[in-house]
Amino acid sequence: MAFQEIKLYQTGTFVAGNRLLDPAQRTVQARTGRSNTLTSGHRACRGCGEALGARYVLDAAMRVTKGSMVAVNSTGCLEVFTTPYPESSWQLPWLHSLFGNGPAVASGVAAALKAKGREDIRVVAQAGDGGTVDIGFGTLSGMFERNDDVLFVCYDNQGYMNTGVQRSGATPPAARTANTKALGAEPGNVFGQGKFAPLIAMAHEIPYVATATVADLHDLEAKVETAMGMRGARYLHVLVPCPLGWGADSSETIRLARLAKESGIFPVFEAEQGDVTAVSKLRRQVPVTEYLRPQKRYAHLFGDPGRPDIVERLQARADRTIARFGLLSEGDR
Amino acid sequence: MRSQIEGSQAVAQAIARCRPQVIAAYPISPQTHIVESLSDLVRTGDLEGCEYLMVESEFGAMSACIGAAAAGTRTYTATSSQGLLFMAEALFNASGLGLPTVMTVANRAIGAPINIWNDHSDTMAMRDSGWIQLYAESNQEAADLHLQAFRLAEQLELPVMVCMDGFVLTHAFEPVDLPEQADVDAYLPPRVPRQALDPEEPMTIGAMVGPEAFTEVRYLMHAKQAAALDIIPTLASEFEERFGRSSGGLVRPYRLDGAEIVVVALGSILGTIQDVVDTLREEGVPIGVLGIGCFRPWPEEEVRAALASARQVLVVERSFAPGVGGIVSRDVRLSLNGLAAEVFEVAAGLGGRPVTRESLRRLIADVREGRMPANTLHFLDLDTQVVQRELRRPGTGVPPGPHVDHLTRESGR
Ligand SMILES: Cc1ncc(C[n+]2csc(CCOP(=O)(O)OP(=O)(O)O)c2C)c(N)n1
Ligand code: SF4
Ligand SMILES: [Mg+2]
Repeated sequence: MAFQEIKLYQTGTFVAGNRLLDPAQRTVQARTGRSNTLTSGHRACRGCGEALGARYVLDAAMRVTKGSMVAVNSTGCLEVFTTPYPESSWQLPWLHSLFGNGPAVASGVAAALKAKGREDIRVVAQAGDGGTVDIGFGTLSGMFERNDDVLFVCYDNQGYMNTGVQRSGATPPAARTANTKALGAEPGNVFGQGKFAPLIAMAHEIPYVATATVADLHDLEAKVETAMGMRGARYLHVLVPCPLGWGADSSETIRLARLAKESGIFPVFEAEQGDVTAVSKLRRQVPVTEYLRPQKRYAHLFGDPGRPDIVERLQARADRTIARFGLLSEGDR
Repeated sequence: MRSQIEGSQAVAQAIARCRPQVIAAYPISPQTHIVESLSDLVRTGDLEGCEYLMVESEFGAMSACIGAAAAGTRTYTATSSQGLLFMAEALFNASGLGLPTVMTVANRAIGAPINIWNDHSDTMAMRDSGWIQLYAESNQEAADLHLQAFRLAEQLELPVMVCMDGFVLTHAFEPVDLPEQADVDAYLPPRVPRQALDPEEPMTIGAMVGPEAFTEVRYLMHAKQAAALDIIPTLASEFEERFGRSSGGLVRPYRLDGAEIVVVALGSILGTIQDVVDTLREEGVPIGVLGIGCFRPWPEEEVRAALASARQVLVVERSFAPGVGGIVSRDVRLSLNGLAAEVFEVAAGLGGRPVTRESLRRLIADVREGRMPANTLHFLDLDTQVVQRELRRPGTGVPPGPHVDHLTRESGR
């Protein structure tokens, strides 16, 4: 193997490099024993947040279950970039059926394992935001209401990326996509449409609901561990920036995920049985413009004359989310 | 054990004795009694080792069966009509993935206009879904076919539909010999899948396949269907040896010796047709019946052999392809390729309209006496007055609007 020079990066104010941590506290990814469940050679774009998120989620779950696990995957980028015939990047039993049925397929797998007396084998299902909050929502709600023993993970890149970046029910207002272009009086996606699935998951009063981003991978792994320590229906919603769909540089993935959280646009929290049990406070609140500006999907808001009115509405939405989830620390309020 | 029992209960009992490990089902008339009964059997513990999933839709039901079958278990579901169409995407997926689910379809018409009664437009719409389709003639056969269906499905790793006429069979009380558990166990061993989702042997199932291999994959699917044509008769004769009665098989010839005119049909209507044929035979008419037990795969050779000496073939089917004609008729014509027989296509019993002996006798007389043209679709017992009035509706330059609304309005007058 060729010698690879390792550079130590200062990764930003809020991130302690793994090397500085006690070995027990290092991420699963930093350990030699990681399972590489989603192994190298897949065909995701450079800087793909979804590939990063899936890698951390599955390796963490594999660690908790000691490799006794199967995965179900809905149609979408993650499915396509990992299994181009005749190759597969998956090093665990993996089943893909359709775009809208991941939750029900996972329920079927869990029921089969129960019938076989093999509940020691755990089930993780995963889908993009489209496969989760839109076309798969009926089957997801069914899985929640039956409290089937499945961890369902939504990798939210806020659009139908696999089909060329169209709007989904998770696309934020004002974002341009291929079918919500920056045209007309309300450029980009309209306000007041779509849904925030974690709150609807909570309404099912399932054992565990959590959100996370690929900016805080320790937090993501910890949430997977918590989820896998429980039985029943669990839901994890991970914000995963998509350089292609968001029109951002592939080096910006982590930073954008962090800014989504620090601007209050994307709340990071945990809930059990329908009640919020923990929130990740903002470390240093930033205006939404800091998050929006680097993304071409919001470019129409910032030109000349731009749309300061829309930016203001987006700031108001973030402020509301901050208030609603109590994202500011005592001293910051 | 022979008991006087509702068709749905007979099927539920037969299914329970097949020891399914996962059942996922969503209610729709006329399938409901089957799944209600199975839910009872799971709750009481009579059906042990089975997980019953109350899903949110038929799409969910078939999807759960896909997951459960991929995890290596014996899986079952049942539906009808709109429910079958709601599953459509998952049906093609189950067959494409080679997953051996067995499903009862209590055949029912498809709306609009919404109609809960029996015909075959649901399963015929899914005839190219890659599922094997077996049609039951009686409740006894419906019960028996499920045992054979699991054997077939699991041996071939292909899903199988057992089609039984809604209400006509599902809700009819008839004497049925329920197979004993020990006999079922001997006939149907536990499923041993070729591959399953297993951490010991990780597999990627359901990967994407591009133009470089898709044709080959589809070819092999076609070959699997062809293989079923060999297995189905073997399973039926093995069944007969063990249970002492004949059920299943590809085709069911009835009084075909010397028959110049042959009626071809599927499902419960065959009983009535056989009665009519018996009387006509007594009257000296050279007539017989060919029942189609297996519609997918199409038993082309067997149908051809059975119809080899017929002069007139009358296909009576409970559905049709709008804008084209009979559906079964087209496959029958394929079998008759190069033979001299004329084919008469008849859509009968649509949306639950009874097919009576009198109508059938009249139909057969029309064919024999040259009053009915061959190769065009004929609708049995059509009220010509109603359709003529509607067709003659004066053209006013505006679109005609839905016929069903006119008919409803006018019949209410
Ligand atoms: C029933 C059905 N409708 C539409 C599609 C086309 N389709 C495939 S993936 C996809 C979008 C996937 O979006 P998402 O779930 O957010 O995943 P992403 O690719 O963004 O990761 C669509 C629309 C399909 N495969 N099946
Ligand atoms: S389009 Fe987006 S989600 Fe899809 S592989 Fe590329 S970066 Fe990842
Ligand atoms: Mg997406």
